[in-house]
Amino acid sequence: MARRHPPLADTHAATGASVTEFGGWAMPVEFDSIRVEHAAVRESVGRFDVSHMSQIDVAGPDATALMARLTTNDVGALAPGEAQYACITRTDGVILDDTVIYRLPDRDGEPAYLFVPNAGHDTQLTEWWVDHRDEWELDATVDNVTDEWAMFAVQGPDSPDHVAAVADDSMTDLARFEHRRSEIAGVDCTVARTGYTGEDGFEILCPADAAETVWSAFDCQPCGLGARDTLRIEAGFLLSGQDFDPDSLPRTPYEAGVGFTVDLDSEFVGRDALADQQERGVDRTFVGVTMRDRGVPREGYELVDEAGASVGRLTSGTMSPTLNEGIGLGYVAVDHADPGTSVGIVVRGTEKRAEITPLPFRSTSS
Amino acid sequence: MSFDVPDELNYLESHEWTTTDEPARIGITDFAQNELGDVVFVELPAVGDEIEAGSAFGVIESIKAVSDLYAPVSGEVTAVNDDLFDQPELVNDDPFGEGWMLEVAPSDDAFDDLLSADEYRDQTT
Repeated sequence: MARRHPPLADTHAATGASVTEFGGWAMPVEFDSIRVEHAAVRESVGRFDVSHMSQIDVAGPDATALMARLTTNDVGALAPGEAQYACITRTDGVILDDTVIYRLPDRDGEPAYLFVPNAGHDTQLTEWWVDHRDEWELDATVDNVTDEWAMFAVQGPDSPDHVAAVADDSMTDLARFEHRRSEIAGVDCTVARTGYTGEDGFEILCPADAAETVWSAFDCQPCGLGARDTLRIEAGFLLSGQDFDPDSLPRTPYEAGVGFTVDLDSEFVGRDALADQQERGVDRTFVGVTMRDRGVPREGYELVDEAGASVGRLTSGTMSPTLNEGIGLGYVAVDHADPGTSVGIVVRGTEKRAEITPLPFRSTSS
Repeated sequence: MSFDVPDELNYLESHEWTTTDEPARIGITDFAQNELGDVVFVELPAVGDEIEAGSAFGVIESIKAVSDLYAPVSGEVTAVNDDLFDQPELVNDDPFGEGWMLEVAPSDDAFDDLLSADEYRDQTT
């Protein structure tokens, strides 16, 4: 499959940013250095091009019913201008993807939504929505609008000032998980108080053909996917395809530590399986692990108990630029999941000492 | 971007440098540290260990990657740069100076098949 490029691919290339393939997209991974970009977001502000994220528009008389029946959270609770984090599960409760759902202003008197799943999932999930809409005979349009939008994230404790400086209204009154239309540098955008860094911040959707104007309106550190990853690991956020994957790493929201996205009082695909699991309890759960010996936890490393027996495996890891210690995310047996539990991490055949740590490793500034 | 390639050193295709002194001093190149990005961890042999030309002698990790380190020479390790354990970023800051890794007493015929600075420059440009 041909690689997809964000609208600003040439702009990024001109800065000398290094590029990586992620979810079928060629995206900037590093503009300056991961450490510099990471520190900018933790200490002041940074901007990310996240145009690889998918955007799917759902509207019409049955749009709320369709969204509610395909996502785990309570979509009915959303008023226009609000957003929520949710999982998309299949019948057995396994997460297909996670997403943020934005309820847009009503369109022709009917509800409208935009949901943002992960990179490269737009075609598959559009089909998932269309197939279920047709099966359930619901009246709603489903449009994959990924290529029509650029998406930027402006994140960090100073992000409100930076957004206020370029937007036509201040945006500082926007609460977490609220969004509204605003002009940025004269371009009509949707601005949301959301993010993936564990800091206060904003995500901005703008028409792809105006991407350059909006991106260049911000005068702050450009950041790549490298820093996006170290920031989200410190915040304890899941990465789709890495910390869960319906094929290679099937996990339910309860196992993956996002049971808070599951509203069992609503009817959705996967609801019955999740109700069973909630009653039975899980065998393994998603945890943070901090290295006590020198070393860097990485995806795939095995977790062992004091006797050397396997109790789980890491799915993500890095040297935390903020904490300057090795941190990892992964799944362990529930009897080894309590914070403070001593575990071993097997690094290239050698067992290193580590400890289960409460998430987030590093809490938000907002 | 152009990288520093000191004329007086010799190189491996896998981006390690060495002096041809006794002891020989070993590290990784400016090009290598830039490719790796922020270095956060190094694993090196101890003084007295033997390393063998062309074989892995250690591991270097940046935030984004894990790489083996290959020995440009064979011989016994006579010194290890312990500063790298607490300050692995020295490899980024000064790869040919404070970011050195090992000193090795070369055994006989230890310096086969090394690239000159010109040959290494051709490889990285």
